[in-house]
Amino acid sequence: MKRFSWFNATSLTLGFAFLYLPMIILIVYSFNASKLVTVWAGFSTRWYGELLRDEAFLDAAWVTLQVAVASSTIATVLGTMAAHVMVRAGRFWGRTLFSGMIYAPLVMPEVITGLSLLLLFINIGLDRGILTIILAHTTFSMCYVSVVVSSRLVSFDRSLEEAALDLGCSPFEAFRLVTLPIILPAVISGWLLAFTLSLDDLVIASFTAGPSATTLPIKIFSSIRLGVSPEINALSTILIAIVAAGVITASLVSKRAAVRQAAEEREAVRAPA
Amino acid sequence: MRRFALIAMPYAWLLALFLIPFLIVLKIALSDYALSIPPYTPTFDLSQGWQGVRDFFAALDFENFVFLTTDDLYWKAYLSSVWIAAVSTFLALLVGYPIAYGMARAAPEWRPTLLMLVILPFWTSFLIRVYSWIGILSGEGYLNQFLMGLGLIDAPLTILNTNIAVYIGIVYTYLPFMILPIYATLEKMDDSLLEAAEDLGCSRISAFWLVTVPLSKTGIIAGCFLVFIPAIGEFVIPSLLGGSETLMIGKVLWEEFFNNRDWPVASAVATVLLLILVIPIVLFQRNEQKQREAEG
Repeated sequence: MKRFSWFNATSLTLGFAFLYLPMIILIVYSFNASKLVTVWAGFSTRWYGELLRDEAFLDAAWVTLQVAVASSTIATVLGTMAAHVMVRAGRFWGRTLFSGMIYAPLVMPEVITGLSLLLLFINIGLDRGILTIILAHTTFSMCYVSVVVSSRLVSFDRSLEEAALDLGCSPFEAFRLVTLPIILPAVISGWLLAFTLSLDDLVIASFTAGPSATTLPIKIFSSIRLGVSPEINALSTILIAIVAAGVITASLVSKRAAVRQAAEEREAVRAPA
Repeated sequence: MRRFALIAMPYAWLLALFLIPFLIVLKIALSDYALSIPPYTPTFDLSQGWQGVRDFFAALDFENFVFLTTDDLYWKAYLSSVWIAAVSTFLALLVGYPIAYGMARAAPEWRPTLLMLVILPFWTSFLIRVYSWIGILSGEGYLNQFLMGLGLIDAPLTILNTNIAVYIGIVYTYLPFMILPIYATLEKMDDSLLEAAEDLGCSRISAFWLVTVPLSKTGIIAGCFLVFIPAIGEFVIPSLLGGSETLMIGKVLWEEFFNNRDWPVASAVATVLLLILVIPIVLFQRNEQKQREAEG
């Protein structure tokens, strides 16, 4: 018997108020007509209009999107491979080093990751731009993907794969036809995680971006250093809306998938009888 | 052969883009500052053959690390980073534990929704979440307007650009990392243990301290490390919410690199920061290991 007391209710209310009020205030004030951000002067969508006419912001958004799509896709492929290696490959030379390199970027301060990658790019003479940001983002997000995917692979029933191999599948076919569909939800959430990490990253992008490529976080950072601006409030609202829509859709989809899978499993159990 | 390719691809990627860059940082930390491009010396000169390699190694030294100990700025920045991270972690625990506790006691059908509400801010841009506090905490910000409107204060409080704002920023952005592991341990807890404690004469409050808290210990430890470790090297929060008094090593490294363009010192700062981080990371992994063993 769980007793949900008034204390629990209060702490949940206050806790969620703390988590959400700052963002709600931000969203409300993005519709403020006044240039002075903290003084309410009536409802207006003026700042959204200004934002959409601001070439610099649009360019930065386009660069950010390209980087995020490219880096999260490569990271998902490499991260899934790495997860497979970690869970399935058994012993091989340098395994400890390999798992160390998977986990280390997760705890490495961003300033160090950024600095080290920048020094590498300078040493090999690679011009900084979109490509270098993609390489940098892929490197840290593949580690996150591999952690997400390997947690799913660990609980995966291996006999399914062995059955496919016995029935004449090649290892790659067994992976594509049996393993991948089952771990797909983890792979997709790995991709989403990599995508948001890339969208969000300021520090590593600042080190690895050259003057030719500015990402949205870099642009936001340089303008909020000068103080709060209504345009940034509008931009934040758009980004929050996109993320909220994405997360809610993803959770609805995964709920439906879970329901369907449960139904299929019930069918499968009933079928042989 | 296929197995080799599977291992080799991610392995090679990580070697090239994680390990080698890190070795370059180490190497530059041992080099000297120079007015050239790149702004350090020595550089590898393979045209001189073996002699070039020997000269290269002979020119490396620990001068930058000695410099870090002689200049007050650096060791103060390391200490103050650890201190700010520790205070923020403690505050995050105070704020996060009651939330995790409330979630674990909520009706089971509510829990997935509550969990999603905790995770949702984590998916929202970190930069925007930090930014949202600038408008709240500034001199003419919403908090001061609110408090002055209520008549609680006469003059605006100065919070933005102080360490208090940094604490608030760290607690706010890292709170999900504190809540989730604590919630995970609390949710698994067997409630009959509490009933047993009460049957044996414990008050509800002492049952909480004697049963609930010890049983959630691994969650508390995990949550604390998950906040403490990234907070030490934090850059965005001190540079947006902190002021001139806020000394954090992430910010020092950034300024050393971008403003002073002293790459060797920036690299040495990074190396020492990593050495400092090794201790909490090892302790954290030991805690995780213990938890896994306990779960069998």
